Amino acid sequence: METTRPYPIADGDSRPFWDGCRDRKLMIQWCVACAKFVFYPRSVCPHCGGPLTWARASGRAAVYSYTVVHNAPPDFQSDAPYVVALVDLEEGPRMMTRLIDCERERLQVGLAVEVVFLPAENDLVLPFFRPAASAPGAGQ
Amino acid sequence: MKTAAAAIVGVAESDLGEVGPDRSELQLQAQAAVAALADAGLELSDVDGVLSASVTTSTPNVQVADYLGIQAGFTDGTNIGGASFVSHLGHASMAIAAGHCKVALITYGSTQRSSRSQSRGRSGGVRGSEQYEQVWGMPTPIGAYALAATRHMSLYGTTSEQLAEVAVATRKWAAMNPKAFKHDLITIDDVVGSPFVAEPLHRLDCCLVTDGGGAVIVAAADRLAAVRKPPVWVLGHGESHTHDRISSMPDLTVTPAAISGPKAMAMAGVTHDDIDVAEIYDSFTITVLLTLESLGFCKPGESGAFVSGQRTAPGGDFPMNTQGGGLSYCHPGMFGIFTLIEAARQLRGESGARQVAGARIALAHGTGGVLSSAATAVLGVT
Repeated sequence: METTRPYPIADGDSRPFWDGCRDRKLMIQWCVACAKFVFYPRSVCPHCGGPLTWARASGRAAVYSYTVVHNAPPDFQSDAPYVVALVDLEEGPRMMTRLIDCERERLQVGLAVEVVFLPAENDLVLPFFRPAASAPGAGQ
Repeated sequence: MKTAAAAIVGVAESDLGEVGPDRSELQLQAQAAVAALADAGLELSDVDGVLSASVTTSTPNVQVADYLGIQAGFTDGTNIGGASFVSHLGHASMAIAAGHCKVALITYGSTQRSSRSQSRGRSGGVRGSEQYEQVWGMPTPIGAYALAATRHMSLYGTTSEQLAEVAVATRKWAAMNPKAFKHDLITIDDVVGSPFVAEPLHRLDCCLVTDGGGAVIVAAADRLAAVRKPPVWVLGHGESHTHDRISSMPDLTVTPAAISGPKAMAMAGVTHDDIDVAEIYDSFTITVLLTLESLGFCKPGESGAFVSGQRTAPGGDFPMNTQGGGLSYCHPGMFGIFTLIEAARQLRGESGARQVAGARIALAHGTGGVLSSAATAVLGVT
């Protein structure tokens, strides 16, 4: 039983993102006024204050940084060690995720990764990332 | 040496370390406040400004004032995490310059060790921008600092041994401070050989978890006649925050010290070479390296080399965190007030065995959140 793991309380900002994950689509926002992409979801563009609409991201990204978590928060200790990463989506925004299916020696800043949706506790579907098929070392 | 509108005239800690289950945050703050007033030679009835921040309550300034019987004419509960108290010093100085108060009391207290209230993550439903991080099992705050460390290492080749230099040097200062929680000397091998918490940060790259409190008395220039000790002038101050979540930090190797530091130094009219002693918030070893770069003590990427060879240790040419820091002296949840207390003592020549000879100008710097906020103060004695 791991029912106390943190889970998102969906609201008007975040619901389309979490619904998108359930549909295996990585939904981010796009500014109608300045054409920049935005994550996390919000109600005004942080670049220009303009209105935002939703767009499906490609799911391709590059690792900006990562940490291998050994001493995990209490609800996550059964998963440790695991890799929490920040990835830069090819559309621009940065997103926190976990990297999976990545051997220790391949783990590095700049690694090309792609989204993979997996079910998680609390009836969530979460956007994990894994090394892209095109990344060095893929398929070995 | 220029003077200023306001000066630190009294400082004190409460009991530190592990104070036991019968002590409250308010008790620790009251103990420190009374001691700091005695240090200044002032009375509770002199205080007309109250500033505080807390991990556990949203109105600590109001509660502290009530507990001590103070009816405040200036109040500030700004909470930007561990940097709060250095920012409070700037706010107190501005309030004094504007005539809103004459004697300001800044306090902090925490019983997080005895109450075992410290946590590394959230449970249950999470709202707002935090929800996109907490679902991953992100340990808070260390995971964010680990991400910054990985980025710095990848960009600049910074090593775990260079991070460890800070922990080793800071412990040497703590060994000379009877109030420090840890006194046993450690080696670089001890640090890099201690267990990983979140790579690349080891247990000994992390600050302590202790109880403790502190108080700082700030007085207007025209109230100094009543004060017992030489004033420690607030020559310059600056503050900033650049993000809340680590995912929103524009560049994980540049902290908001890059905004707060130049403001404080320009206001004080000093350059880096003028700083005799630096008290740099050390929640983690990486916090110090990034802050030194963002404050401009060295160029981007050069902080690992800057701290190498025990340069920040006793006898080194960049004396830093001279009370033993959050890494080895105390770290009761938020550390900022302790940077001010030690900076003031160094400038008064009261630091005993760890006194930096001839210190006239000190820089105190707080960092809060996940490298989110920063506040810098430049202090000086005539």
